[in-house]
Amino acid sequence: MTFDALLLLDMLLAAMMLMLAVAALHSHSLRQGIILFIVFGLVTALAWARLRAPDVALAEAAIGSGVAGALLLAALRDRKPRKQKTPMARPAWQVLTVTYLVIGLALTASWAFLDAQANHAGPRLGAMVQAELANSGVANPVTAVLLNFRAYDTLLELAVLLAALLGVLALGPERTAPRAAGPVVTHLVAWLTPLLIVTAGYLLWVGAHAPGGAFQAGALLAAAGIVVRLSGNPHTGLPSGVWIRMLAVAGCGVFMFVGLASMSGGANLLQYPADWAGTLILLIEIFATLAIAASLVLVYLGGRPESWSSGGKNARA
Amino acid sequence: MIDLLSAGLIVGGLFFYVAGTVGLIRLPDTLSRLHAVTKADNLGLGLLVFGLLLQLSDPLSMLKVLLIWVLVLAASAAGGQLIARHLQHKREESS
Amino acid sequence: MLGIVLAALGLQAAILQQDAIRRILAINVLGVGVFLVFIATAYQGADAPPDAVPHALVLTGIVVAVAATALALALQRRMESSDVDADDE
Repeated sequence: MTFDALLLLDMLLAAMMLMLAVAALHSHSLRQGIILFIVFGLVTALAWARLRAPDVALAEAAIGSGVAGALLLAALRDRKPRKQKTPMARPAWQVLTVTYLVIGLALTASWAFLDAQANHAGPRLGAMVQAELANSGVANPVTAVLLNFRAYDTLLELAVLLAALLGVLALGPERTAPRAAGPVVTHLVAWLTPLLIVTAGYLLWVGAHAPGGAFQAGALLAAAGIVVRLSGNPHTGLPSGVWIRMLAVAGCGVFMFVGLASMSGGANLLQYPADWAGTLILLIEIFATLAIAASLVLVYLGGRPESWSSGGKNARA
Repeated sequence: MIDLLSAGLIVGGLFFYVAGTVGLIRLPDTLSRLHAVTKADNLGLGLLVFGLLLQLSDPLSMLKVLLIWVLVLAASAAGGQLIARHLQHKREESS
Repeated sequence: MLGIVLAALGLQAAILQQDAIRRILAINVLGVGVFLVFIATAYQGADAPPDAVPHALVLTGIVVAVAATALALALQRRMESSDVDADDE
């Protein structure tokens, strides 16, 4: 009986994901679509949990649903109201061709996937990870992969985030801040922010031996920043000018520094000395969290903050 | 025995959720839907949480689960108030 | 399997939709679909611990997807403010 119930749950989850995706993409009003997308993200997080991927579930809920949702909604808010813009429908042959091609692609991909599972199964990297886990300095295999075995990839990912941030900053000034909110939101934010910060710290620390880690913690910290911004604070609680730039770069920077430093003993890039591994990983994660948070909040602002161009600490009127 | 109580609480919570969702679909206007969703869902979550609490053994996990309930309560209360206030603004503008 | 369908849905909408923000939404859905395929391969049943490598890949993917979305939204905002009434493709 229990087994059947779980299967039913999984099928319901799958059906919900499909319906939400279709509804989000083809809804009439864009705002509805975005909200449906947020719900889609949350249901996806449930799916990750069912597939035994708790770290991914945390990240999906926080980043994929939370931050992405906030970004999309903010973008929608700033859109100038279109004057009478009924999008002209694409000619039918275009729609049909693309649809058929995509269906063909999907079928080919499915066939390839099933074939690979059936005929080409080989030794899994996961087994290797489990075997070497004790040497990696942390007990959570996902953290071990991210910050030790494949640390190079994570370094590049931080670089990508930094590049996106630079792009956003270069594209223009920040969005106008929402007006100062009423007492309900202000008081909510007042105690929510410290709670978010503490929870972010907890997630960061616990990532060594349980689901969690730098990305989830960074996303929570970014959420704290976003929430402060939504309550109308024009400075968003961020440290001014130089500091925030240093924070954003520090994620990549500290990572590289540790990697290069580890080369000084004659080892390869990012090959940590064995007994320092845990400490080094924590060090990198701390700065990565701060950098991720800083980057995400800046990106949510949508551009260069006002206080930068006026030379630093002048408060906006 | 504890399992039975736990299951009962969880089912009760689910019942409230269903009630809230039915209200969301069937009630005529936004304000009453808001009422249905916040009251029923929060209570439903509370029952669910207490049902789960009975299954846990260490106090830290119990604290975390309780914290989830409190946070959802606060968030939905704030959200509900914001939606209602927005509605009121809209009404004032159009009248 | 679901992942491939989701990815297909996202891809179709990404190509066909005209509005920029909708396309960004669609690319995100495409991303989730791809992630689902990854995580599904990592699943080893209820007993053995799941394979951690695809998890790490997807985690990285989620962050990169959000970074790209942010940049895309900023670009869209800039596009709109430069030409307000032209219908850009």
